[in-house]
Amino acid sequence: MSASISELEELARRCRIEIVNMVYRAQAGHPGGSLSEIDLMAALYSTSLRVRPDEPDWHDRDRFILSKGHASPGMYALLAEKGFIQHSDLHSYRVLGGVCQGHVDMKWCPGVDFSAGSLGMGLSFGMGCALAARLDGSDRRAFVMLGDGEIQEGSIWEAAMAATHHELGNLKVILDRNRIQNDDFCLEQMRMFDIPAKWKAFGWNVKEIDGHNMEEVVEGIQFLDESNDGPSILIAHTIKGKGVSYMENNPSFHGAAPNEEQYAQAMKELGVVE
Amino acid sequence: MSRMAATRDGYGQALLDLAENDRIVVLEADLGKSTKSLHFRKAHPDRTVSCGIGEQNMLLVAAGMASSGYIPFASTFAIFTERAFEQMRNGVARPKLAVHLCGSHGGTHTGTDGSSAQSIEDLAIYRTLPNVTVLHPCDDVSTRLLTKQLASSTNPSYMRTARNKTPVLYDDVDESTIQIGKGIELRKGNDVAIIACGVLVSEALKAADVLSQEGVEATVIDMHTIKPLDVNLVDQVAARCGAIVTAEDHSVIGGLGGAVAEHLSGSSNTPLERVGVKDRFGESGQADEMLELMELSSPHIIKAAQRAIHRK
Repeated sequence: MSASISELEELARRCRIEIVNMVYRAQAGHPGGSLSEIDLMAALYSTSLRVRPDEPDWHDRDRFILSKGHASPGMYALLAEKGFIQHSDLHSYRVLGGVCQGHVDMKWCPGVDFSAGSLGMGLSFGMGCALAARLDGSDRRAFVMLGDGEIQEGSIWEAAMAATHHELGNLKVILDRNRIQNDDFCLEQMRMFDIPAKWKAFGWNVKEIDGHNMEEVVEGIQFLDESNDGPSILIAHTIKGKGVSYMENNPSFHGAAPNEEQYAQAMKELGVVE
Repeated sequence: MSRMAATRDGYGQALLDLAENDRIVVLEADLGKSTKSLHFRKAHPDRTVSCGIGEQNMLLVAAGMASSGYIPFASTFAIFTERAFEQMRNGVARPKLAVHLCGSHGGTHTGTDGSSAQSIEDLAIYRTLPNVTVLHPCDDVSTRLLTKQLASSTNPSYMRTARNKTPVLYDDVDESTIQIGKGIELRKGNDVAIIACGVLVSEALKAADVLSQEGVEATVIDMHTIKPLDVNLVDQVAARCGAIVTAEDHSVIGGLGGAVAEHLSGSSNTPLERVGVKDRFGESGQADEMLELMELSSPHIIKAAQRAIHRK
């Protein structure tokens, strides 16, 4: 399970390249949130998540639910790196009949545990997985990646309340706090005020980290691994579009593809040698 | 006088019958006393999940459990299931997770709570979802048998039950005659076929008795499965009777009448009259008063039958 910080950073860099490749080829998709989440997911899959790429439906695997299911390029890139799918499958992103549907889909892609794409659903689903694990007497966990805009959905708070009521120590959330949603900065769409205080008030274990500082990310995931006395959330402060300068902190690249010139620049910035 | 019972009691009994299968789990959104899942809760608290008053969460907790190998039965009032329609669509039907959703207190028959509690559109909306089986049984016996069959289905489902008591039709029935997807011919006649579901099945039988006194012999079908519709049976009775009436305590738009109309439009020119709620909301009233006010009771079924026959 152990991977060095530099190995994790290198894994995330390779994924970033594939994220931009996918969105560029499809000329559609969601690069911003994929680039903000990828350091977190690279570390989670490499240091904690108990899964078997050659047996994706292994009953006692940890579940990973990408609730912000539109940020699928990040997940597909990682699933290819980890061997759940082939790198060639990444060419099927948003293509008819493709393994890589626009939003992650459990019916289409090995390693995907929930068909997401409609915000606010993954936490409840993860809660169901966590309850099932407990009934089975299994020590498997359910990890859920939420977006910060996503927690504007009321159903998130139904689940947040229910998860502490049921004392689900095997339910673990990562919040990708990238501060941008579809239309604009979150601050302009819906001021959410003190997000950590809200989760604490619902009875969750809470830790905040810089979601692009790999050492902090690894520590944060360790916090999730070790917090078993109730549900836990890792609030990761991230930058939407991280790694591609013109996408960073730019609401326009929530859901837009780079043009040819922008693509070339992204590849250069991500260290792809021509 | 036949025994009277509410279909929701058949649901509650079925959950108890099913409990020996340890994969069965029950989810509640506060209304277990009303939907009758409370009996299961009392017997098996470890396999009952309280979701508080949070239907959206309940549907997807059920989906997560289904994806992990459990067989979840989730219930609330029919009207409140609708709040979680998109969860049912995107998180249950689309990935085809066998979550069984039961909406009790369906229809205007629900009574004095008034229009906010009288779902008249539930059958229509769930029928639009691929993969979803839609049921609306007419008595507690068939509700119990159909609920038990759902447990071995790989499809998600929606089943409407009713709050108030109706005549029990199947106390002495051969259980094998009650099967998901198979309409039940309760009475055979060649002049008109009345295809009914839920609380209007017994009204249809009453109507058929009156029609018979007038020399009109009606077939009566209990179409407890709205989807998949038993189209073979619809075609048979269309050919034999040449006139069809549908009857349901539900909007005339999109429910049983809608399903039969959609099918007939592609298969025959048989005249069809739909008895149902005429695109309006209900109000507070006793169950029998509501059936009268909404023009769903047996006299209205008789009139519809006469209109259908006249159009032959």
